[in-house]
Amino acid sequence: MKPIRVPPAANEPYRLPPPLFDARCKACWFSVGLVVLVVASFWSLDLQWGAFLSLDASRSMARFVGEFFPLDLSAAFVRKVGAASLETLAMSALGTLLAAGSGLLLALPASRTHDGDPARARAPTRLLLNALRAVPELVWAALLLISAGLGPLAGTLALALHTTGVLGRLFAEAIENTPHGPAAALRTQGVGTVRVLLYATLPQVLPQLISYALYRWENNIRAAAILGVVGAGGLGQLLSFHMGLFQMGKTATVLLAMLLLVAVVDALSYAIRRLLSR
Amino acid sequence: MNADPALRDPAWLGRIFWTGAALLLLWPMLVATEFRPWVLFSGDGRGPTLHFLSTFVPPATSPDFLWLVAHETWRTVAIATAGITLALMIAIPATLLSARVLSVSALSGRMATPAAALRQVVRWVLVLLRSIPELVWALVFVRVVGLGPTAGVLAIALTYGGMLGKVYSDILESGDDHATRNLLANGGSRLQAFAYGLLPQNAAELTSYTVYRWECAIRSSVVLGFVGAGGLGQQLDSSTKMFAGGEVATMLLVFVALVALADHASAWLRRALA
Repeated sequence: MKPIRVPPAANEPYRLPPPLFDARCKACWFSVGLVVLVVASFWSLDLQWGAFLSLDASRSMARFVGEFFPLDLSAAFVRKVGAASLETLAMSALGTLLAAGSGLLLALPASRTHDGDPARARAPTRLLLNALRAVPELVWAALLLISAGLGPLAGTLALALHTTGVLGRLFAEAIENTPHGPAAALRTQGVGTVRVLLYATLPQVLPQLISYALYRWENNIRAAAILGVVGAGGLGQLLSFHMGLFQMGKTATVLLAMLLLVAVVDALSYAIRRLLSR
Repeated sequence: MNADPALRDPAWLGRIFWTGAALLLLWPMLVATEFRPWVLFSGDGRGPTLHFLSTFVPPATSPDFLWLVAHETWRTVAIATAGITLALMIAIPATLLSARVLSVSALSGRMATPAAALRQVVRWVLVLLRSIPELVWALVFVRVVGLGPTAGVLAIALTYGGMLGKVYSDILESGDDHATRNLLANGGSRLQAFAYGLLPQNAAELTSYTVYRWECAIRSSVVLGFVGAGGLGQQLDSSTKMFAGGEVATMLLVFVALVALADHASAWLRRALA
């Protein structure tokens, strides 16, 4: 049906503002749903605002923060925190390295490199990658503690498992999005799959893969710092240990070390990125 | 070394050097992380692990337990939603205070000193809020308000308030500020300039970032349960400690489904907004 053309009126009629609610307006339903979700959330959680906003609670909060000072800066403890920081750093680096390797191995079956590729393993491998990615590092660590025992090994493997999921997915996308020309040229010459990968696909995507891995490393340092809370080594383990014993001065030192570590790594990776992009 | 020049690798020295350097760097890392993966398969670790894994199938499906899991799943979503709502209450005022485009004095050259100082203070508070991980906030609040969802909501509110506040002002400052400056220069108030100049321009981007962060908050509210902040994580933690493999398997499946659902919902919403 053709729309009927109405000639413009000599005097534009005064327009009413649009009605606030209209059953066909998707945005209205969305807003109503949002409000319902928020109200239901606050209503169903038995939040103890009383316990948090009361004078008593604010006094205990103030005392709690006050106990952070003075920081415990005795040489022995600082050395211990330094060792834990290095452990955190090593956990994150090794976890990312392992994940980059296994992520690449899983990304190959998870990607369709050319149109004739049946890629039968694509769907199951992607399912595996999604499952690895969906479970957070901390949950992996809690599960791995049973077989690996307390200590940084569980944390490293937990980081590696979660990051494998993330990097595998990203690597597969990168491999699928490379220009197909060079690989097709080699393939028509009768070159085998492995050599096509080594001489056409990989050289094209390698810079992108490295930058993804560096980006995840930055994330993993933050994750590694807190993984220890469930007993998986590093600064987090020190933090939960001293907080559990209410040694607030030591807790504050560990917190400070965490903040410094993250800040230093951020500055470093920013500098490296600047250097690489110049 | 190969004598045939056609087959000789001209870069072999460099390759050997860098491989050696990498191995040299790798060694202390392996030592520091006590990297002995064979521990996983050694005698005394293997028994309990295999037993635990064998109890994963079949997943626990008793009606009571499923009801409990459904309840905890809702609480996980509710903690994330309530946390993000409170985070908005931190982020929006902070954005209005710290966005440079909304400064009247910045219209004519430099921002006035008190305004610039206030802006800097707000930015530093936001940096502090977001650089302490939410798990640490949760540990602190569990001490103050006790075990339960309150600690989780507060932890998410503070960390995400810091993140949202920073990204909101980045988004507002990165766009075209012509309309806003015009409104301010012609006597509009800062709030009017925000509501009629900045907000219509950036609403889609702001909403889509908020939805994305809500998805992240669902993930982290599960993790927060591990330190006693309620929801699916707390249940998962206690089931793991009791070696109840079937329950762990059910909750992991529910968790993966929940994350996938939030992922899809947020992707759909963001596409609808774009």
